Amino acid sequence: MMTTSGFGFLHMGGDAAFVWPAYGVAALILIAFAVLSWRRLRAAERALERVTESDPAMSDDA
Amino acid sequence: MATAFNLHRFANPGRFLRLASALLPWLTGGAAVLFAIGLYLALVGSPPDYQQGDTVRIMYIHVPSAWMAMMGYALLGAAGASALIWRHPLADVAGEAIAPVGAGFTFVALATGALWGKPTWGTYWVWDARLTSFLVLFFLYVGHIALTHAFDDRQRGRRSAAIIAIVGLINLPIIKYSVDWWNTLHQSESILRMDGPSIHPAMLWPLFVMIAAFTLYFFAVVVTRMKAMLLEARHRAAAFAR
Repeated sequence: MMTTSGFGFLHMGGDAAFVWPAYGVAALILIAFAVLSWRRLRAAERALERVTESDPAMSDDA
Repeated sequence: MATAFNLHRFANPGRFLRLASALLPWLTGGAAVLFAIGLYLALVGSPPDYQQGDTVRIMYIHVPSAWMAMMGYALLGAAGASALIWRHPLADVAGEAIAPVGAGFTFVALATGALWGKPTWGTYWVWDARLTSFLVLFFLYVGHIALTHAFDDRQRGRRSAAIIAIVGLINLPIIKYSVDWWNTLHQSESILRMDGPSIHPAMLWPLFVMIAAFTLYFFAVVVTRMKAMLLEARHRAAAFAR
C-alpha cells in the first residue's frame, strides 16, 4: 500500500505532524548551506576578478 | 617521504582549485538527480512500515544525516591531524569548511530523530548513551567553529580547533557502539551488520539512494566552501600586495 493519492500523501497516515516537519528541517538546513556556500563562492570570484582585471599578474592562471 | 611529498604536490591550492572546478558540476548534478530519485522513493515509492506506519519515512533523512555528521567528524579529525602533524597546506581550510556543514547535519539528525522518537517511543528526547553522545558531537562541532574564530591570530585558532577535532574523535566509536554497550531506546545497527542488513530491500534501496545523495551534497558544499576560502585568501594576498 503506497500513499499516492493527494490527501493521503499529505496526511502521511496520520503522522503528517512528524513527517513533514522532519523533511522541512532537513530541506531548510540543506538549502541554506547550498545557497550560502554558492553565494560566498560567487562573491569571492567577483572580488578576485576585480583585482585581476586591474593587475593581470594576480590572475587565477598565473 | 616520497608519498608525503607527492601528497603535498597534489594538495597544492592551485591544483585543488582546478580539481574543484572540474568536480563541482558532477557533485552538484549528481546530488540533484539522486535527491529527485531518492525523495520520490522515500515519500511515494516505498511502503509504510507495518509497525511505524508512515513515520518510517523520517528514516530516509535521519540515517543519511547521522552518517554525514559522523563521516564529517572523521574527516574533521583527519584534517586536524594533517594540519598539526604534516602541516598539510589544505588541511586547515578543509577543517574550516567541514565543521559548519557537519554541525548542520548533526542538527538535522537530532531534530529528525526527535520527530521520529515522539510517535515511535512516545518521547522527543531521552538522555541515553546514543542521543547524548550525538549531542556531544554537535557541541564538538560548535566548539571547533568557536575556537577557529576565537583568536585574533588565525593560525592559533586553527591549531586549537585542530586539537579539539582530534580529541573529539574518541566520541565516534562511542556513538557507533552506544546502542550495544548501554541500554537505550534507540534501535541497534540495522544496515552495517555482519549478517547483512536487517531492513527490507523495498526500504533499503531508497535509503541507499538518499545516502548517496547526501554524500554528494556534502562534498559539493564542502568543496564549494574550500574553493571560496582559497579564493578569499588569494584576494587578501592580492589586496595586500597592491
